[in-house]
Amino acid sequence: MTKQIEFGLWIFMLATFIGFEVIRRVPPLLHTPLMSLTNAISGISLVGSIILAGAGRGTMATILGATAVCASSINVVGGFMITDRMLKSFKRGSRTAGGETR
Amino acid sequence: MTEWKDWLIIALYLGASAGFILSLKWLSHPTTARRGVRAGELGMAAAILGTLLQGDIVDFRWILIAAFIGSAIGAALAIFMPMTAMPQRIAVSHAFGALAAALVGTAEFLLGRGDLDTFTAGVLGLEMLLGYLTVTGSLIAFGKLQGIVRDRAWVFRGQNLMNLAVLAVGVALVVALTLSPSSTQLIPPLIVVGLTFGVLFVIRIGGADMPTVISLLNSFAGLSGAALGFAIGNPILILAGALDGSSGFLLSVFMCRAMNRSMVNVVFGGFGASAHTAGEAEERPVRVTSAEEVAMLLDTAGLVIVVPGYGMAAAQAQHKVRELTELLGRRGTEVKFAIHPVAGRMPGHMNVLLAEANVPYDQLCDLDDVNPDFPRCDVAIVIGANDVVNPAARHDTDSPIYGMPILDVDKARSVVVIKRSMRSGFSGIENELFYEPQTMMLFGDAQKAAGDLVHEVSKLPSPVLAAG
Repeated sequence: MTKQIEFGLWIFMLATFIGFEVIRRVPPLLHTPLMSLTNAISGISLVGSIILAGAGRGTMATILGATAVCASSINVVGGFMITDRMLKSFKRGSRTAGGETR
Repeated sequence: MTEWKDWLIIALYLGASAGFILSLKWLSHPTTARRGVRAGELGMAAAILGTLLQGDIVDFRWILIAAFIGSAIGAALAIFMPMTAMPQRIAVSHAFGALAAALVGTAEFLLGRGDLDTFTAGVLGLEMLLGYLTVTGSLIAFGKLQGIVRDRAWVFRGQNLMNLAVLAVGVALVVALTLSPSSTQLIPPLIVVGLTFGVLFVIRIGGADMPTVISLLNSFAGLSGAALGFAIGNPILILAGALDGSSGFLLSVFMCRAMNRSMVNVVFGGFGASAHTAGEAEERPVRVTSAEEVAMLLDTAGLVIVVPGYGMAAAQAQHKVRELTELLGRRGTEVKFAIHPVAGRMPGHMNVLLAEANVPYDQLCDLDDVNPDFPRCDVAIVIGANDVVNPAARHDTDSPIYGMPILDVDKARSVVVIKRSMRSGFSGIENELFYEPQTMMLFGDAQKAAGDLVHEVSKLPSPVLAAG
């Protein structure tokens, strides 16, 4: 058990450092897509929800688990789709349309 | 016999971790950003597959039904929600994420009755508190952004003391649960306290502080996921939760820095309701202009910088603004957009709105990149922004916004401010910029004013034709 906690703390610490380093490089231009993408990634609670809903641990577990599966799949599916929809609209200035671009 | 399956699950989880990290890494540039979304999707698929392969799952029926309903709702939200409703959407999705984590945490605690070790009980307790407060906090934020709940900060005497007291009760309950995991009767009160604190926490935040608070809630949702990962011993939950938590935290720090305020001040300050309201201050003369006059200024301008704010979003003026800048671009005028980090209701709000209105992203400039351009700017058009262009932030040490990094609009040769009335901005303070000699006020609705400008500019003789 202690080993497992230690292992988890290592992951948490390293992931936080990676997170800070990687996210610092995201320009303010993309801060909204960033938030929406991390939202989709936080839909990873789906993993915990699936284990709870499907392990046959009683009615209470199944109900709470299934509700959680529903809530987190909204985030997973909706989050990735809307992030992509947003990013699709980011276009570089084309010389033909605007004529300016200097 | 099952060994290959264990290794496969490990490989899938490792792949998922790599996918999540790469997805955030690729978001560092608009050209690679969509690849980032793909990486995230693959990572998520790997994580789900790895989880389904685990032997503990015996019944797939409810999982499939719930996942189907959730996916349908998520897809519908993604397809039909207008881009202008993005802040609300982001806020409500934090509520979903936190709800999932909180429900799983609650069930795990109840199921593990008695058997929970101190560490797991403590982590689950914290996770529930964080999760439930994020649920109601995000719903209130959603309500404020959607206009269901009053946008202004709701502040009363003794509020901070009360909030801290509620939070203290929550922490005390978590401690009690940690020390005696079998007292599950403490869970309902903990849930109530968490939900209550979420409401109290966000209800006192004014609209313009939303970017900070939404980021903070994003961070909480991630951290509650990570805590759940600790409790059920799932590494991918810990990793993704930590990434999400650090992202939200970093964004909220950026937002605070862009207002020169501390997190404590945002959370406990109630800036939006401060008593600084200058009321009907002394009547100082301002120069009122017309669309026609502005068009004449724009006719000869070499560089035009547009400064959008929440007012532009509220009036849905972004398409008219894009039309105007496109028109100017075709006439050979250089156009830039100066975007303050806290403009709008969430980080990056203006960028998304303008990109969706077809403004190319290389025209969208950050504070630090665009400020050196103002001295050579011929016309700066401020549309729906106020506090972020107030020069008082630079020199007036008494001003509540003193020290806040601002866009140096006052250094432009001429400034046109599009505004509905002389009412002061979010901070409730007078904006010196409006009284500067080079400033002209164009009163009216942002969308209509921008439309009038398009009309007037299109009537100007074409410089290209004149030259040829």
